[in-house]
Amino acid sequence: MTDQAFHRQQAELLPQRAAPMTQVGVVGWARTNLFSSWLNSILTLVALYIIWVVVSTLIDWAFISSHVSGTDRFACTSEGACWAWLDQRIQQFLYGFYPSEETWRVNLAFVLLFPALAPWLFDNVPGARYLRWFSLAYPIIAAILLAGGLGLTVVGTDKLGGFTLNLTVGLAGIVLSLPIGIVLALGRQSRLPIIRILSIVFIESVRGVPLITLLFVSNIILPIFLPPDVSLNAVIRVIVMVTAFASAYMAEVIRGGLQAIPKGQYEAAQAMGLGYWQMMRLIILPQALKISIPGIVNTFIGLFKDTTLVIIIGLFDILGIANAMVSNPDWLGLSSETYVVVALFFFTVCFSMSRYSIHLERKLDTTNR
Amino acid sequence: MATTALTSEAKGLEFRRLLTDERSRGIIFQLAVALGLLAFIIFIVANTLANLEKAGLEPGYGFLNDPAFFDINQRLIEYTSQSTFGRALVVGFLNTILVSSLGIIAAALIGFSAGVLRLSNNWILSRLVTTYVEFTRNVPVLLQIIFWWAILTGLPKVRDSLSIGDALFLNNRGLRMPAPILEQGFGWVFAAFIVGVVATIVIAKWAKRRQDQTGQTAPMLWIGLGLIIGLPVIVHFIIGQPLSWDIPERTRFNFAGGFNVTPELIALWFALSTYTGAFISENVRAGIMAVSKGQSEAAFALGLRPNQTMRLIVIPQALRVIIPPTTSQFLNLTKNSSLAIAIGYQDLVSIGGTILNQSGQALEVVGIWMAVYLSLSLLTSAFMNWYNNKIALVER
Repeated sequence: MTDQAFHRQQAELLPQRAAPMTQVGVVGWARTNLFSSWLNSILTLVALYIIWVVVSTLIDWAFISSHVSGTDRFACTSEGACWAWLDQRIQQFLYGFYPSEETWRVNLAFVLLFPALAPWLFDNVPGARYLRWFSLAYPIIAAILLAGGLGLTVVGTDKLGGFTLNLTVGLAGIVLSLPIGIVLALGRQSRLPIIRILSIVFIESVRGVPLITLLFVSNIILPIFLPPDVSLNAVIRVIVMVTAFASAYMAEVIRGGLQAIPKGQYEAAQAMGLGYWQMMRLIILPQALKISIPGIVNTFIGLFKDTTLVIIIGLFDILGIANAMVSNPDWLGLSSETYVVVALFFFTVCFSMSRYSIHLERKLDTTNR
Repeated sequence: MATTALTSEAKGLEFRRLLTDERSRGIIFQLAVALGLLAFIIFIVANTLANLEKAGLEPGYGFLNDPAFFDINQRLIEYTSQSTFGRALVVGFLNTILVSSLGIIAAALIGFSAGVLRLSNNWILSRLVTTYVEFTRNVPVLLQIIFWWAILTGLPKVRDSLSIGDALFLNNRGLRMPAPILEQGFGWVFAAFIVGVVATIVIAKWAKRRQDQTGQTAPMLWIGLGLIIGLPVIVHFIIGQPLSWDIPERTRFNFAGGFNVTPELIALWFALSTYTGAFISENVRAGIMAVSKGQSEAAFALGLRPNQTMRLIVIPQALRVIIPPTTSQFLNLTKNSSLAIAIGYQDLVSIGGTILNQSGQALEVVGIWMAVYLSLSLLTSAFMNWYNNKIALVER
């Protein structure tokens, strides 16, 4: 190539041409994302077929050929799902055996949960300072609303059931396990050998066994451990064991947060003359807890799903009530419908929380990729 | 007078220093905690002894030698209702191990494929897998176990079994499968299999050394498959087919021949492996994404093909991130297998529960449960530490 040829210039620029049809728009997108190769095209078609079969069967089953009204399963004559029970039983699924004229208390406790959680989960919540005080009072308010007292009719804890029980056990477990988890995490990092060993033994032995054995402990062993004249009711016992279980996991989450704090923070705090507790309270824990929130939310999701295990020791949470209904002669054999509804309850709560936790992780992740 | 005042003041100072000095304060604090714990334990032991006496129970493991008087359908070793509680517990433990190992294999396969498929550049495929992962992860595993069990026990009766190729039969009593019959000489086939495995390992080592020295590669996948599968098959035919299948046949009310897998085992296995598989797929995805893009770009620049890049560059580095959380998922699966009790699969916890009800020896049974699960988890974490040390990046 000569210099001349290289430097030759076009008299005028050619007009810009639109990108080829096959590279842009829907077609282009489909080409790169769905049909980029033979294998991909086949996979796409197989996937489309699976989706078509599943979705059409589901829609047909759940909506088109389903039956909605009636008082027992014999009213359902169509091929598809039988939703007749929803009308009768949904109250029980939500509130268990809570007296129906008092269910507003459960609803109120549930609604109040949102302002109590908001200042911890989101930035820029108006009036966050006052709301934080409200959150601290919330557990007491909720307990009074649920159990009664202060002018409200007393409702025994044996009446707690359905989704209310799942939420109560899950929330109580996570709220109570937070402070214990913090103490255990600090204990595990402590320089005092006895404290450290005790914390490690507790954390590892709780994490090493299935929750179900702990629930058996709550049901059978706890009464043996307590003085003969003291008896705790089943729900309280479950909350005690669930809290013990959750605090071991919480401790590990918080330890992760503590370890992520740069050593300089500790050293700077010590250089300022802060004592151990001052350093932890003012410098380390606020930072460590903030980065642990995604982990705490994930622990909560796990714990919340595990609250269904209470059926094994004979409590009627939402799954227990579903089981009871499936074996009820009026509704015998409606297992798919019932379990799908229960699954949707859990999916809604857990999925939204896991989205939140992912969102938070992204926000906290300041590294560039 | 003055001297006594001084000494009492000095004593006060001394005492205060005991509390302000970091070391002595630490010791005092620990002593206080230890004493508190000791008091707590004494309190519990005293209560326990009082309660046990009131209930007329004798603490100790002697009851393990008493006859159990209950049946176990699902058993891997010989067991009758005349066997002891101890043997029943062993049966239960083996059932836990059975469903956990089947579950771990399936969960690893599901998790790995789902993790890779989610990163696929096929949009619809990755969305499909995402739906599976999100749905299974966010629904309690106990609910899934009960759901699949209800589906399986709701299948047609034995008479109307669904059949697959007239060899597999699915009905409300489970899955009836052809049973292998090992005739004389099968030992040779098994020996050939062992020889194949050992030979593959030896050749793989040799091939790696040769590749390190000369750069020549050997088709290890085909060599391995040939040795591990091909060799036993050839031996099998040479000896005269010592392995045959006992294919189930319909009789009037049931099946003759073959063996039956209970719906409990299938439901538990399926639910546990899809549930844990979803979590593992997240670990796999995170692991692959953690390998920096420069690594695969460098591999492409060196002329490696995409699947070579994946196999030789990306996966080995991703494994370092994937293995630790995946091991703990395996452990979770093992622990979750205790949910078997809800559908009546007789695992360690379920059989323990029966024993607990029959004998009343609650403390001992719970003690056995905890000891078994704790040792499993300690073994797992020991393995994990060993593995972590082995593959840890050697930093310079």
